[in-house]
Amino acid sequence: MKTRINLYASLLAITILTGCSSSPVYDSESETTEIDTTEIDNADVKTAEVESAEIEVVPVVVDVATVFYFDFDKALLTAESRADLLENAVVLASNTRSVRLEGHADERGTREYNMALGERRATSVKEFLVMQGVASDRIEVISFGEERAAAYGSDDDAWRLNRRVELK
Amino acid sequence: MTFIRQYSMLLIALLIASNAYGELVIRVTEGNDQPTVIALSPFDLNGLKINEDIADIVESDLRRSGLFRLIPRKDMLAFPSNSSDVYFRDWRLLGAEYLVVGSMSVLPDERYELELSLLSINSKKVQFTHRVRSSATKIRDLAHSASDKIYKSITGIRGAFSTRLAYVSVIREGDDFTYRLQVADADGARESLMLESKQPIMSPNWSPDGKALAYVSFETGRPAIFRQNLATATREQLTDFKGLNGAPSWSPDGSTIAMVLSKDGNPEIYSLELASRKLTRLTRHFAIDTEPTWMPDGKHILFTSDRGGTPQIYKLKLADRTIQRITFQGNYNARASIAPDGRTMAMVHRSSRVFHIAVLDLKTRRLIELTETTLDESPSVAPNGAILMYATKYNDRGILAAVSVDAGVKYNLPAKLGDVREPAWSPFLR
Repeated sequence: MKTRINLYASLLAITILTGCSSSPVYDSESETTEIDTTEIDNADVKTAEVESAEIEVVPVVVDVATVFYFDFDKALLTAESRADLLENAVVLASNTRSVRLEGHADERGTREYNMALGERRATSVKEFLVMQGVASDRIEVISFGEERAAAYGSDDDAWRLNRRVELK
Repeated sequence: MTFIRQYSMLLIALLIASNAYGELVIRVTEGNDQPTVIALSPFDLNGLKINEDIADIVESDLRRSGLFRLIPRKDMLAFPSNSSDVYFRDWRLLGAEYLVVGSMSVLPDERYELELSLLSINSKKVQFTHRVRSSATKIRDLAHSASDKIYKSITGIRGAFSTRLAYVSVIREGDDFTYRLQVADADGARESLMLESKQPIMSPNWSPDGKALAYVSFETGRPAIFRQNLATATREQLTDFKGLNGAPSWSPDGSTIAMVLSKDGNPEIYSLELASRKLTRLTRHFAIDTEPTWMPDGKHILFTSDRGGTPQIYKLKLADRTIQRITFQGNYNARASIAPDGRTMAMVHRSSRVFHIAVLDLKTRRLIELTETTLDESPSVAPNGAILMYATKYNDRGILAAVSVDAGVKYNLPAKLGDVREPAWSPFLR
């Protein structure tokens, strides 16, 4: 992009040299004889259009817990989660609908690592349900990482509620 | 005469102050102990009506670098616009080490030209004279280009004032979210919207030519990797695999995007060759492998893995797929961003319970914690390797902040609305 304009440069050098005699305190030998020119030609940023295809999740009204909580940087099911999942497995055995397991992480740690962690949590819930006889192809796993918090704030209480898998 | 000029400059300054910045406002929180003292004589506009105060933009650039102290205009005895009009003694008395003078003119094709000179006051020498040209709508580019020239001449380091930032902002209203992928100048001005979605947008990453971004969007209901051209807004979905489609990272030659996919059961690093659409699996481990980032040599990829029990950074050699652990201090090191020297690696680092930004010198193994706030993440090193941008929390809101790689200079870019996160510093744009 840089072009050296020799003509301009020599013209300017001449101007400066001739100008020297009338200049105030001036050190003529220091004058640069080449002037770089930068041409700027930046493009503006355009906005793209998104057609948001939100996946419709039909809420199922059942009297069992459908949110399961985890320890920091862990994907192990707690005893309470296992008990709740056993009940869910019974409900799922009585119908044929597909379910979606949404894995989440708290805000600590990096965003993409938390995407992986959310998936690992949702996968451990899926594996437990499959062991209870739920067909694997009825379960979709999706991670939102730390992008969709259930509770706001940067404290232990909020973080505990955000490290979760939601069965939908 | 001087009075009229001062008056008109003041008027211009007032006009600028009302609308110069978009969403981001810069606040310098820490600077260098021994700043270089520099004076910018307001540029002679030769009667042109220009709606930006060019000298003020240059001053802000230099001030933000933390390396300079600017002499206030009100202290100046004269406003020379040409190096031959400079009385060096006057500037020496003001304590200036350098002086910038310049003037604007219109070219026959109606483009503007700024001719500026940097003068060393002590040696009474012109360091350089340079011309920058732009259309009337690109005056800020013209000013940043001038800042780059001045910075390079004094520090020896290439200036990154003409670069851009990409970032994600989120506004939440009840259960409704609006995610925006935005691009602004490195000083936060001229914010532009690239994409808006009700579903999450994540992990913006620049193409090495600075003309496109790769990112993750959930607009299909699931995460998918897209690329989008900045100037045309043309976009293309690159992946649609089951599971994670994340952390895109463009190779230095622009031919390939490294990414994380979990289609085979758990998160692994892959590379996607853009021309042939050839997908290659690069890691094979039951642990989490994510956040790939290319080394400047194009032959190695850094990534985060918890294969050792905690998240740490590893280096993959593409030639033979050998993997070497890079980080050992601390129980959480992730999301590497490597400086162009291939040696200074910024990352998210946890010591005790707090997440900081740290840099690790890959040669000396010295680790420096750069930030003192908590929940710092997403470091992105500027293309000149001197400074990095990261995301942090301030009053429970996500903001962007910058810190020099020696921790000497810090500034915040707080947003007026919503949470701002995941800054990605562009490459040099020319």
